[in-house]
Amino acid sequence: MVLSNGKGIGKVIFSSSLGTLIEWYDFYIFGMLAKTISIQFFPEGNDTAALLSTLAIFAAGFLVRPFGALVFGRLGDMIGRKSTFLFTLVLMGGSTFLIGLIPGYRTIGIAAPLLVLLLRLIQGLALGGEYGGAATYVAEHSPVNKRGYYTSWIQTTATLGLFVALGVIMLVKSNMTDASFTSEWGGWRYPFWISILLVIVSIYIRLKMSESPLYTKLKKEGKASLNPLKESFGNKGNFKMVLLALFGAVMGQGVVWYTGQFYAQSFLENTAKIEFMQNREIMLWGIGLATPFFLVFGALSDRIGRKWIMLSGMLLGVIFYRPIFNTFLKDTNIKEWKKMEGNATPTIISKEILKVDSTQIGNELVQVTHSKIKWQSQQGTGFTETRADTILNSEATQGLTKEDTKPVFADKVLSAPMKWKFISLVFVMILFVTMAYAPIAAFLVELFPTRIRYTSMSLPYHIGNGVFGGLVPFIATLLSAGSPTDPLVGLWYPILIAALCVVIGTFYLSNKIDKNIND
Amino acid sequence: MIKKLNMNSIKKIMGFFWMILAPVVIYLLVRAAIQNIDSTGTKDINKPVPWIIIITIFTPIAIGLMIFGYYSLKGEYDHLPRSSDDL
Repeated sequence: MVLSNGKGIGKVIFSSSLGTLIEWYDFYIFGMLAKTISIQFFPEGNDTAALLSTLAIFAAGFLVRPFGALVFGRLGDMIGRKSTFLFTLVLMGGSTFLIGLIPGYRTIGIAAPLLVLLLRLIQGLALGGEYGGAATYVAEHSPVNKRGYYTSWIQTTATLGLFVALGVIMLVKSNMTDASFTSEWGGWRYPFWISILLVIVSIYIRLKMSESPLYTKLKKEGKASLNPLKESFGNKGNFKMVLLALFGAVMGQGVVWYTGQFYAQSFLENTAKIEFMQNREIMLWGIGLATPFFLVFGALSDRIGRKWIMLSGMLLGVIFYRPIFNTFLKDTNIKEWKKMEGNATPTIISKEILKVDSTQIGNELVQVTHSKIKWQSQQGTGFTETRADTILNSEATQGLTKEDTKPVFADKVLSAPMKWKFISLVFVMILFVTMAYAPIAAFLVELFPTRIRYTSMSLPYHIGNGVFGGLVPFIATLLSAGSPTDPLVGLWYPILIAALCVVIGTFYLSNKIDKNIND
Repeated sequence: MIKKLNMNSIKKIMGFFWMILAPVVIYLLVRAAIQNIDSTGTKDINKPVPWIIIITIFTPIAIGLMIFGYYSLKGEYDHLPRSSDDL
């Protein structure tokens, strides 16, 4: 029943992957434009809007995604894969497009954040139902010796969705001023509107597809599950495999995935303080160069098994995260930049006095000068320094200047060789992602029977990725609050979770490929 | 055979560890929530809503880890199913 000819399976992979890629794109643009969305819909100083904003961020990823996995997983096992993941695509595309149409808080008041929250929750629900369907659909069309390779195309979609979202936002932003981009009906809405075109194309393609052959056979024989939730989680034999999938594979994969792609970007922007566009450029190159390796490791997993490839990706993350992130910090240390010699020496190219605060304290006039200084070297490196120097004017001090000991450095621009070093490091981290993530669809499909496969694999996948992965920034902030002097402390969470997963996976998982998934 | 016996013994010992780890994680989360919720703070960790969501979703996951540990202790993972009929 499987499609071994290139054309047939090619169509199946293309139509499934395109829809899943669009769903990821839709989900990411909201997160990437969170700052602008917040200005338009969740204004500061309004407690209700702040609460709705927190709910939009946390509830969509943590609560609704796993719930979507249960709702649509159940549907997919009861009425079929094709119609279910078509429905999730309509839900996701429709809610994304509508977010782009909601007037801002200034125009319609509290209705604006309420509508955004509602649509964001629908996005989370749809995402929870999409992946399991696409992975199951492709796997159930694949021959046994190519299951890992074919499903790895689905695995590229999350990263490519991120790539497309980054690219579209960069493209729109680079063609207009900041003010035009962030205004109420500004450029930030374009990525949301573009989504509807992509979704229409994808729906058209998916409508032409037929149901999964394994599911069709099951349905014909009257063996489709009547209660997939009960069979998945009420049957001890199946439930123990759900737990094993979560704790022995997906939990670690989730944190590796999130750290390599999202945490890296946030760290480069907020901690290393790399300039906005260069940061995106580094991420785009790293992602673009590493993405083909999803296919390499997917194909390799068909030859040597899934287990050790996934666990190796996690273990490499455990070993190399701290050295890699430490290199990001060391290489963007301005004190070191200022010590450089020759054409690498940065010099001041402009100095702007922002304001001067004057206070009379007794006989002394204290003046605080806030200034913004732009530095640049002939080699191409540059940065902005914002500082507040204090001048003491009295008979005794006579204009003594106390230099700011903690100036703020931002908008760091790396030289070309340094930029490529950072791209290589991001590439390496995404390579770990490809190892941990590429074989996981085939691994999950092989773990569960056809009649409850959609439900059983969707829940651990979305808990692993949405909850364990999605918690990376929150736990990083939590750990940083406890150790504010260690900028790398946030990495202990993904390192510990991935290490735990490696231990469980090593002892409990089997490396055997289940050749017969037609059961 | 000896190797398999050893592996199964390790899984059983680990099972005990997973059963203890689960309530410890919940205890640490609740303690961190109490320590960090602060009406004057501005970060997400200072707001009660994220903590309520995270503890709500993590409690069933921790219970799942306890059950995973219990199954390990009982030897449920000594032999993984070879086909769906074994489930």
